[in-house]
Amino acid sequence: MIRIENLSKSFGDVPVLKGITHTFEKGKTNLIIGRSGAGKTVLLKSLVGLIAPTGGSVWYDDVEFSALGKEEVRAIRMDVGMLFQGSALFDSMSVEENIRFPLDMFTDWTKDKKIERVNDCLKRVNLENVNDKYPSEISGGMQKRVGIARAIVFKPKYLFCDEPNSGLDPKTALLIDELIQSITYENNMTTVINTHDMNSVMQIGDNIALLYKGDLVWTGNKSEVMESDNETLQDFIFASPFLQKLRAAAMQNGF
Amino acid sequence: MRTVFSRPERWSMYWRETVRQMHDIGVGSVVIVGLISIFMGAVSAIQFAYQLDGQLVPLYYIGYIVRDLAIIELAPTITALVLAGKVGSNIAAELGGMRQKEHIDAMEIMGVNTASYLIMPKIIAGIVMIPLLVTVSAFVATLGGYLATVPTGYLTDMDYLRGLRAFFVPYNVVVMYVKSFVFGYILTSVPSFQGYYVVGGSIELGRASTNAVVYSNILILLFDYLIAVLLTG
Repeated sequence: MIRIENLSKSFGDVPVLKGITHTFEKGKTNLIIGRSGAGKTVLLKSLVGLIAPTGGSVWYDDVEFSALGKEEVRAIRMDVGMLFQGSALFDSMSVEENIRFPLDMFTDWTKDKKIERVNDCLKRVNLENVNDKYPSEISGGMQKRVGIARAIVFKPKYLFCDEPNSGLDPKTALLIDELIQSITYENNMTTVINTHDMNSVMQIGDNIALLYKGDLVWTGNKSEVMESDNETLQDFIFASPFLQKLRAAAMQNGF
Repeated sequence: MRTVFSRPERWSMYWRETVRQMHDIGVGSVVIVGLISIFMGAVSAIQFAYQLDGQLVPLYYIGYIVRDLAIIELAPTITALVLAGKVGSNIAAELGGMRQKEHIDAMEIMGVNTASYLIMPKIIAGIVMIPLLVTVSAFVATLGGYLATVPTGYLTDMDYLRGLRAFFVPYNVVVMYVKSFVFGYILTSVPSFQGYYVVGGSIELGRASTNAVVYSNILILLFDYLIAVLLTG
């Protein structure tokens, strides 16, 4: 479980997060949604310690993460995995070397044991026989899956995903969503996903937090999204003209 | 800087990265260093021969002047200025690109001390390989002086070799290596700083790369003067 209390962040005089309090639940896919500029990325980066918050606190279970020093944060990094928007795979390394990198850096395992773990992770994300390929030689969807494999190589307790579907076609995006959700359930992880993809919201939104101009304006789950009369949420969901027409048609037909 | 030189998480990984950087900085720069050095020596010899024309100074001084010019000033300084462009812009672009593509963030999330893992090997590679390149440069420059003067008939090979052996002061080699170490540190640390802390897009990356070269060159010239004053003044 990750808890944030009165979390705020400003860049100069511009407040980006305005005192947010929320709990990201264990064993669930927790989504942070909102329009561009709402503060989603800043919130996610504050959660993982890449940005220092201006005020408030971040708790990983009973540890106040935001109060830890740099070295203490490094010590608990093995419990944290992160999938980046652009996958952030190292270009000069093969797929295997990318996934093995944290093992090489932090374990004394034998090479065979490391390769076995790499292959397990690749198998888990439904990728095989790509060990020797370089990131530039595989598709965007495969890069995301390699990114997930690298993120789970230490079986982390906390998984963070920044826009996991960006740049992917709807079908591949769905596969990535399902993969993240199933890994979350299998390992009972606390997963936090930052997205503005409505398909993801309706597919894997166990726990959803809507940000609007730095404020947390709505929380709920995927089955509560359509029933909510929160205006900001409705504006966000039905932002696309296609969905607006669909909704108008549905209302005309009495749905 | 304390973060950069903190204790590595795993020595073998840092060693591997240092060797890679040594290869990139050292082996990757041999050709350009050789090329500029041979012309540096050749031009020094030709111009000194021109200045000696009609003077009472013996011709074998050409070898002596080329050797000392190369050792004290041209090999360390010109090599460092050229490598500040080649190696410096490369380091700034590499680290800046890693920052923009979130590679540095990804390593931070893993728990890697990125300032140390990405910068320290470059600085170590710089202070090891730049003196070696400067040594190569000094030898090639004296060879350049030979090729420009002996086969063309300015002086005999005996005269040139006599000049190379004349008035040799080993302390000058110490000065050369002091400059090389300092310049090696400058031309790796300044671009690393510029690249590591780049914020923004491709324009900012280009600016960081340019700043890396400009600041490195200014610092190299400034320290060249300071070392000259301190060690030979």
